[in-house]
This record gives sequence, C-alpha cells and structure tokens, in this order.
Amino acid sequence: MQRYLLKRLGSLMLSLAVASMVIFTVIEVAPGDPAAFMLGINAQPETLAALRSELGLDVPKIERYFTWISGMLTGDFGTSYTYRTPVSQMVADRIGVSLPLAFYALVLSILIAVPAGLYAASRRGNVGDTAVMGATQMGVAIPNFWFAMMLVLVFAIKLRWFPAGGFPGWDKSVWDSLKSLTLPAIALALPQAAILTRVMRSALLDVLGEDYMRTARAKGLTQSQTLWRHGVRNALIPVLTIVGLQFSFLFAGTIIIEQVFYLPGLGRLIFQSISARDLIVVESVVMLVVFGVIMINFLVDLAYAAVDPRLRLRT
Amino acid sequence: MNRQLILGASLSLVFAILALLSLVWTPFDHTFLDIPGKLKPPGGAHLMGTDHLGRDMFSMVMVGARTSIAVAALALAIGLAIGVPLGLAAAARSGGWLDESIMRANDIIFAFPLLVMAILITAVFGPSAVNAIVAFGIFNIPVFARVTRGAALPLWEREFIMAARVAGKAAPRISVEHILPNLTNLLIVQGTIQFALGIQVEAALSFVGLGVQPPTPSLGRMLSDAQTLVTLAPHLAIVPGVAIILIVLGLNLLGDGLRDALDPRLKVRRV
Repeated sequence: MQRYLLKRLGSLMLSLAVASMVIFTVIEVAPGDPAAFMLGINAQPETLAALRSELGLDVPKIERYFTWISGMLTGDFGTSYTYRTPVSQMVADRIGVSLPLAFYALVLSILIAVPAGLYAASRRGNVGDTAVMGATQMGVAIPNFWFAMMLVLVFAIKLRWFPAGGFPGWDKSVWDSLKSLTLPAIALALPQAAILTRVMRSALLDVLGEDYMRTARAKGLTQSQTLWRHGVRNALIPVLTIVGLQFSFLFAGTIIIEQVFYLPGLGRLIFQSISARDLIVVESVVMLVVFGVIMINFLVDLAYAAVDPRLRLRT
Repeated sequence: MNRQLILGASLSLVFAILALLSLVWTPFDHTFLDIPGKLKPPGGAHLMGTDHLGRDMFSMVMVGARTSIAVAALALAIGLAIGVPLGLAAAARSGGWLDESIMRANDIIFAFPLLVMAILITAVFGPSAVNAIVAFGIFNIPVFARVTRGAALPLWEREFIMAARVAGKAAPRISVEHILPNLTNLLIVQGTIQFALGIQVEAALSFVGLGVQPPTPSLGRMLSDAQTLVTLAPHLAIVPGVAIILIVLGLNLLGDGLRDALDPRLKVRRV
C-alpha cells in the first residue's frame, strides 16, 4: 500500500505541476501583452505601465510563475484587477454555491440511479429493462443546460414551484437557498444519473452470475433477500468509483449551469472575469477548479485501492 | 440486423442530408430578417416557426446543424490525425520513453475538465468556432491515443506481426500496413461517440458565447439566443434542443449498434 501511495502521490504532484504550467503558459501566450489585453485599446501609456509593474510583468517569466505558484500554495491567489478585492475572498464567497450544488446533484443522481439500475437488472430483457435503458440513452443525449431551460419553463414559470434563477444566500435562508439550487441540481444530475444507472445495471448483472449468489439461493434465501444482502452490496463497489469520478464532472458542469440560473458560483466568476478581461482571476480560479478535479480523482483512486487490494499491485 | 443500428443510422443520415442540403437549398433564406413576422409559433408557412428576428427556424436548424456537425467533425479529425499515430508509436515501442511520455501527457490532458480547458483557450485567444474546434480537438487526441495503443498492444504479440518482422519490415511500416487496418472497426465506433460528444461540446460552448460567433447560426447559438426569450416563445429553445438531442441520440445509437455489429467483444471507452 505504501509503495502504491507514493507512486500515486508522485503522479499527483506531476499532474498538478504540469497543469499549472499549462495554465500559466496559455495565459502568457495570450496575444499581446496581458496588461494591454486587460485594459483594452484605449489605455493610457501611464496606466499601462502602472498595471505592468502591478502585475509584475517587468520581472522574468520564470520568476513570475514561481511567485504565482507560491502565492497559490499559501492561499494568496492575487488581487482582482476589476474588483480590487483578493481573489481568495471572491473564491470563498462563490464556492459556497458551486460545491453544495455539485454535491446536491450527486445525491440526486445516486437516488435516481440505484433504484433504476436495480429495477432494470432484476427485469433483464423485459419491457421495464428496455424502457429504463431507452431512458438512459435519452438522458445521455439531452444537453444539461437545455434541460435546465425546460425545467425553468415548466417548474419556475408555469407552475411557480421554484425560483427561475438567483440565489438568496445561506445566511439569509437555508430553505430558500436549497430551493433555488434544486432545479440546477436536477439539470446537472440527469445525464450523470443516466450513466450511473447503466453502471449499476451492468454491475448487478455481473454479480448475479456469481457462484455465491447461487449458494445464497440454495441455502434458502428468497430472490429479493439474495439481491439485497449479497447482490447490491457487491455491485456498489464499481458504482462508487463512478460516483467519485462523477463528482469532478459535476463540479466542472456547474460552470455552465450557473449561467442558466444566474447563480453566483465559481462558473459565473470565471465568465464575469473573462468578459472583464480580468486574467488574474481567470488564471487562479481555473487553476483552483483543475486542482479540485485532480484531487477528487486522486482521492477516488486511493479509496478504491483501499477497497480492492488487487489495484495496489497494478502500476 | 439490430434495431439500434437501424434507428441510429437513419437519424444520423437524416441530419447529414439536412445539413448537406442546406448548402444548396433551405425553405427560406436563413439570413432574411422579417421583423414584423417574428416569434411566430410553429405551423403555417414556417414549419418550425420564426425566431426573434423573423428568421425561419427550420432553415436555421438546417444551417445550424451544418455548423455544429462541421465543428464536431473537424475536432474529430484533429484527434484522429494526431492521436492515432501517437497511439501506434506508443504501442510499437511499448515501455519505452516515448510510450511513457505519451501516456503521462495523456493523463494530464484527461485531468483537465474538458469545459475548463475549452473555456481557458477561448478566454485567451478569443471566442470563435476555430478555437472551439482546437479545444475539443486537443481533448480528442488522448482519447484516440489510448484506444489505439490499447488495441494495438495485443496485436504486436500475434503471429502475423511476427511474420512481418521476420520479413524485415520496420516498426512504422508494420504499424501502418498490419496494425492500423485491424483497428478500423474500433476507431469507427469510438469516432461516432466522440462525434456525438463534439456536438454537445459545440452546443455548450456556443451557449455560453465562447463558440461559434454571430451571424453564423449553430444549434448552440440558437439556444443561447433563446435563453432570454424562452418564456415568450418556447419553440425557440425546443426546436434546436430537440435537434441536438436527436443528432446525439442518433450517433450514440449508431456507435453502440456498430460496436455490436462489427465485433461483440469490442469494448469502447465512453468518456
């Protein structure tokens, strides 16, 4: 386990280092001078010079990269040019929307997928199975942001059950905040639930063919007892791996969904900074999102290796 | 014949024909603005209604599908053109430094969420169809490199490859003449899946304004325009949305159907 852990830790560090270099380089090769890019074409030469020295553009690139990285490591993400506030504070404000949203969507997708997969697997080849599998094909094909618009149309505008957008804030009202995250979470969860249903179904079908399932039946358990006590438990291992991977998808997916619902999360922060040409915020927030995704994947790998010892041997 | 394949192939064919037909004919001129006749619901002269500028929605969907398909196809071409040779090279020298570095680089690209990468590229280089193609094309490279390498590795152990080596053929020539032809089925199936994903990525990027720019219509752009008007005229969002769903559904069914038809043992990664 120790060797596996070291190896995974090494590749985690490498991924993070390369990711940070890629992000830095992309921002660096931005056509022209970042300062000129941020200020637009009507910039005064004095303002330009001031911003250049503020951004540290007068020092060598390598030095600037290390300043940025060591800043990120100590929690100093730089200062937004447009808002004149520390990026770390902006991120802290916004992550309280994006992270709960991704988590909410994850819970929903599990709540849909586990029963649906169980149902399809237990009625393999029947009408019910075909219907569920057909529904998952649709679920994968529907763009989540389009689904979000349709949800708004029906549940916010026609039925008025949920708000069409905006976010009141957790400190104002937890209930209203949860309500305003419900439609976005459903929209995000749909395609993931479709994928998860398929995984659940095929994992269960694999387990159903195992010898211990026959043994369980032979010792007198009913079909449903066997399914619950031995089937579902064993099928959950692959399902949980996918759940872990999906969390990073959902986290990245919030970027688009936040646009539909005008939610003040990290995604909106990225887009606002893009249109304001605030490259400092774009650079740091993108790095943070990538860091989050890489970390989640790393933790999923570790959790999986803890459950399944065979994986530790594979390199 | 399996039903998935037939349904998938027909859906894909219908949209391919509509997209190609739009090059020479559309029911109305999609650039013609008819402001007094705007936001007409579907029915009558305009089969799918008109948009906020009075343009015919059916014609817009035809031209938009063409743009979306072109974006996805070009990104697919980038992935194939670079990913397949990399995968072949990695398999030919498995375990070597080339193999190692290609696979590590792949891990890193995979670690980047696709959307974040696309957003980063378009944020810096400016939003355009070309940048959306490049962003998704880069994402496609490791997908094809992995699939190619994974399928090519076991082939290198086979007798017919051994025979080719004994005959004095060099590794690159064996890769092209003997390995690649055995991978075509797999690449076709993976290709349809990446194609479907490309349609969705184009839609998502254009929806947030980072993909295809006006006045060129694309399915994602139409949805983006519809966002503020959806309460007034729901068909503005429903028509392009359903078009996207049908194209993606068709391609996914086609991919699954082809996989079963070409080789039941084939395992394809769905990314």
